[in-house]
Amino acid sequence: MPVLELNNISKRFGNLLANENISLALDAGEIVALLGENGAGKTTLMNILFGHYSADEGWIKVNGEILPNHTEAAINAGIGMVHQHFTLADNLSVMENIVLGTESLFAWRQDRAKASKRLENLSHEFGLEIDAQKQVSELTVGERQRVEILKAIYRDVKILILDEPTAVLTPQETEKLFSSLKDLSKKGLTIIFITHKLHEILSVTDRVAVLRRGKLVGEVLTKEADKNILSEMMVGHKVSYPSKKNQQYGDIVVELDNISTVGEKGESSVQLHNITLQVRSHQILGIVGVSGNGQLQLARLLSGMIQHNSGTMNLFGNTIEKNSPLSMIRQGVARIPEDRHTEGIVGEMKLWENLIGERLSLNQMTHFGCCIDKKSAIQHSEQLIDDFDIRCSGTNAQANLLSGGNIQKLILARTLTQNPGFIVANQPVRGLDEGSIAYVQTQLMDARNRGAGILLISTDIDELLTMCDDLMVMCDGYISKVFKAESKSISEIGLMMAGQLGTDNTSIN
Amino acid sequence: MQLEVRTNTPFWLVLFAPLFAMIVALSLCSVLIIWADAPVFTAYGALLNGGLGSRFAIMETLSRSIPLIFTGLAVAVAFRSKFYNIGCEGQLYCGALAAVYIGSGMITLPPIAMIPLLMLCGVIAGGLLLIVPVLLKTHLKVDEVVTTLLLNFIVLLMVSYLIEGPMKDPASLGWPQTASIIDEGVFPPLFEKSRVHLGLIFALIAAVITWIVMRFTTFGYASRAVGLNLQASNFFGIPVNMTIIKVSLISGGLAGLAGVSEVAGLKGYLTLDLSPGFGYTGIVVAMLAQLNPIGVVISAFFISVVYVGADSMSRVLNIPAYLADVIVGVSVLCVLVSVMFTQYRLRFK
Repeated sequence: MPVLELNNISKRFGNLLANENISLALDAGEIVALLGENGAGKTTLMNILFGHYSADEGWIKVNGEILPNHTEAAINAGIGMVHQHFTLADNLSVMENIVLGTESLFAWRQDRAKASKRLENLSHEFGLEIDAQKQVSELTVGERQRVEILKAIYRDVKILILDEPTAVLTPQETEKLFSSLKDLSKKGLTIIFITHKLHEILSVTDRVAVLRRGKLVGEVLTKEADKNILSEMMVGHKVSYPSKKNQQYGDIVVELDNISTVGEKGESSVQLHNITLQVRSHQILGIVGVSGNGQLQLARLLSGMIQHNSGTMNLFGNTIEKNSPLSMIRQGVARIPEDRHTEGIVGEMKLWENLIGERLSLNQMTHFGCCIDKKSAIQHSEQLIDDFDIRCSGTNAQANLLSGGNIQKLILARTLTQNPGFIVANQPVRGLDEGSIAYVQTQLMDARNRGAGILLISTDIDELLTMCDDLMVMCDGYISKVFKAESKSISEIGLMMAGQLGTDNTSIN
Repeated sequence: MQLEVRTNTPFWLVLFAPLFAMIVALSLCSVLIIWADAPVFTAYGALLNGGLGSRFAIMETLSRSIPLIFTGLAVAVAFRSKFYNIGCEGQLYCGALAAVYIGSGMITLPPIAMIPLLMLCGVIAGGLLLIVPVLLKTHLKVDEVVTTLLLNFIVLLMVSYLIEGPMKDPASLGWPQTASIIDEGVFPPLFEKSRVHLGLIFALIAAVITWIVMRFTTFGYASRAVGLNLQASNFFGIPVNMTIIKVSLISGGLAGLAGVSEVAGLKGYLTLDLSPGFGYTGIVVAMLAQLNPIGVVISAFFISVVYVGADSMSRVLNIPAYLADVIVGVSVLCVLVSVMFTQYRLRFK
């Protein structure tokens, strides 16, 4: 009898069919990957399983019994979920986080000795070592994830769901996680592993279930699958990615020398420390690093959103004293922000209004310097919609009703049409479907071939290895020396991501 | 039951949603009328009659709507940029104060110059009052709702002091009021034997100009973008702080004009009861108009009908005139809900 059985699950959000007649059965001790692109319905399905959403149709059985639809029932049935965004209390210790909710609110005292003994055994058994007395706020992201998993095992879960667990890990941490998962499955734990990264599936899972547009399009045993089969099942067709041809670099477009930043009072993001880098024409420089290690500030600095505190910043040979978005736009810097919705577009405004946002700041497309030249704005927008294949109902479509990929196309259209000399792209393909990823990458590659210098920030090493000429690694606001993308192995890069940058000014580790 | 985003809204819905909202609002308020022991249809008839039923009623309604158009525009402009100016009442008094100060004999010019001068002074005075709150907001992130609201009371107390002391009219027989505006500065009436004055024309012009600026200029674009998404506006290279400062000055200036037109068009001199809360009602006017400048004219007129009509309804049927406040309040809520239904639809499972 399967441990977990999903039968004909359907879920509708408005006009969107997020899940359609999905049936899935899992045995004890299995690691099953739930593969699919963003928006394929993986997270929705798991949220239904965990009781966050209620399915419109279908039922779920755990150990042969129907699972009522609320979170408490799911927890009692032994289902544990490690979310993409951790749900830990920063101001409590590891121990406190783990026992939180397992003790009666009316208990006279906490049996800490017993709890910590149990925790020690568990973490030992599965290679999930952690200092139980440490505050969660002091932990690295990898350690936090271990706490999340321990929290689940501590409650004797039988089924563990991991939602994109490797997104925040270095390659080494990922390896470690995988070996723990294998240990767990040997003890009879069933693991559901949500991901869109193919190589992870091949290295850790037993079976793969592929979702596409809310439907279960197939199940294969991992040993019978390879990357191409999986990728085609996931996307539904073959996708061609841009290929990188070596080119002679041109002039320096951007040069940062010993740049440091000081955040605003109360700002929590990691600041830049002694950043030195160069981007040349015809070069894509990739910035590798676990998310939250200063990449955001670097991108914001080069987008004109923040000021540097010390060091010098040269753009096309001119030193920048007072940094501002407008000065960056004036000098022809194309900026692709990390968060499409909050910085990339004004969602409630129309498509054409979003497409000319930066133009208006340059006083282009205006009459008498103060009125919008709507006719040429609309013409321009129609042209861009055509050129960049933005799928929409027209120039008057509201921007936030577009899909993620089309919003990214909108941003690309706005910036790349100006033939920029320098492009700063922060996670330009995050959360996009494979077709859009290929499109965005091709556009960036074309821009580089036309002579733009590109700074590409990503947390996905594979993406950077295929796109970039050179790489640098960021950790805790420090940056490594530049190296050729082919010159280092993934595990070497992984060590650098963990803090061994091999430069003098890194005091960490 | 769940809400679902409409991908396209049929035109008839946009047109009839506010109308339907008004019917719902009036039906809801009829409960109160029944409660007050009055016949519903007679009551609404009296209200309509008092607000629109005669030449006198229409003139009263029009003259009441002048300050409401100005304050409604002031609020609409500011709220568009998410600058929550709750201080129109104070700015209105500042505008009136400036008009009385300059216009009661200090300077004498022919009307063609005097009237614009008074209006200019009112705009400047109303705008200046907002300088401190807006700079506190842009530079120190102080919440403008608190500062503008509290400034109202400061201004009212200051006006109270001035009309009891330095600016008290010696010829007023002891009443706390200022000297009158000289004849050259008075807004002439538009129609004979009515209180509708030139301010109505100015208010309509202001509404049209505001509409044009908001819709067709880069400044209008910037002020809308800033209100909708501050971060993205900054990213687009829009000078965010400068836009908010300009918006606030325009908003304060429009509210100041309400004061000028009341004092120069209706009262002639400044007393503490110049405004029965026009500044606050301006918020309702603007909300009802969905912050649309042309809509402000219509909603100001509608609200004036209700207020003026409610007065006569209460006299005829002996029910409280406060019912007007309830009708206006319920209408705003109904319109807001109906507007939501133009963007979403309900789906029953």
